[in-house]
Amino acid sequence: MSETPPEIADIMRVSSHREVYEPCDDSFALVDALLTDQTNLINHKPNICMEIGCGSGYVITSLILLLKSKLSNIHYLATDTNPLAAKVTTETLEAHGLKADVICTDIASCLETRLAGLVDVMVVNPPYVPTPEYEVGMEGIASSWAGGENGRSVIDRMLPVVDRLLSEKGWFYLVTLSCNYPSEICLMMRKRGFAWRILVQRSTEEENLIILKFWRDGEEVERLEEETISDEFSRSLSLFMRKQ
Amino acid sequence: MRLIVHNMLTCNIKGVINKFPLRIEAEKVIKKEVDFNPDFLRHMLAKIEWKALVDGARSMGYTELPDHAPDTERVESDESFLKKFHHALLELHLEEGSLVCQETGRKFPVDKGVPNMVLREDEV
Ligand SMILES: C[S@@+](CC[C@H](N)C(=O)[O-])C[C@H]1O[C@@H](n2cnc3c(N)ncnc32)[C@H](O)[C@@H]1O
Repeated sequence: MSETPPEIADIMRVSSHREVYEPCDDSFALVDALLTDQTNLINHKPNICMEIGCGSGYVITSLILLLKSKLSNIHYLATDTNPLAAKVTTETLEAHGLKADVICTDIASCLETRLAGLVDVMVVNPPYVPTPEYEVGMEGIASSWAGGENGRSVIDRMLPVVDRLLSEKGWFYLVTLSCNYPSEICLMMRKRGFAWRILVQRSTEEENLIILKFWRDGEEVERLEEETISDEFSRSLSLFMRKQ
Repeated sequence: MRLIVHNMLTCNIKGVINKFPLRIEAEKVIKKEVDFNPDFLRHMLAKIEWKALVDGARSMGYTELPDHAPDTERVESDESFLKKFHHALLELHLEEGSLVCQETGRKFPVDKGVPNMVLREDEV
């Protein structure tokens, strides 16, 4: 029996615009992480899945395709601050015959109240490139990568929002670079009661990508030493790289 | 923009108390068929602010929804209700129009089906 090809977005059908981020190594790494976790995602039976910063729509389209044949009850949402990205995402979805609700907003600002605690799967490929602070959130294509100091300006603003939106069983997939100090991100999430795991690690010419998965593990964490997490992180990263 | 989304949107302008719901000003409404899925609808019914849905649907020209939602237990057997709920929630699309904050009157445009809720600097 031949294996069916992976069900992800067809790059030829991904729409584009010169002011919208094109699918790149980071997007592919995130989709690979979702593919690695496909069986878990299906068994997870999410009701609401969401992407923040959908850009071209490559990731949300792939997520829908990954789950579509097994689960039909899912509501998909996608946001981006860039109106052109919202438009391109809608086109990409349509080209694949799919549907998600696309909203133009800063992170998830207009959804935070009513959608709190309802999102079962959140995926984010944020603007993560270290840049001068003034480049963050500028109009045009720069805002799709500009991440300010250590590339963390937007990421750090997103974490509390993601915590707020995720349901009790919620999962969160996040693209980071090693220069974002991902162990610090893990520490911040740990303090919010999340456990974490590395799903994909990939070095390209320019960047060292790490895709993280977070979930609530029910443990209240009062005091945590930064070093503990940082050690844990280095250990899992080297373990992970040895396995590859 | 579908009413399922409208039911989740709040106006986040700094200082605004009456954030929800946004009033719909419809210019163009379209309908797209979606598979009928009673399980999904029952799940959503618990999360939906009924009045906001009814008013939203009316402003988009759909007046079949009852003023009050039936009890969750009765909903199971009430297929005709579920069909209307399904249509209002998932099949009506606001293609062009605005969402208006009831407190400040600020209009958020809906362009090709996408609501633009991004705030200006002086609003955050
Ligand atoms: C690195 S790109 C990723 C695009 C797409 N998800 C992908 O993986 O190809 C980051 C996206 O986040 C969007 N973005 C930047 N700042 C944002 C914010 N504050 N709220 C929502 N989206 C934002 C950008 O417009 C851009 O589309």
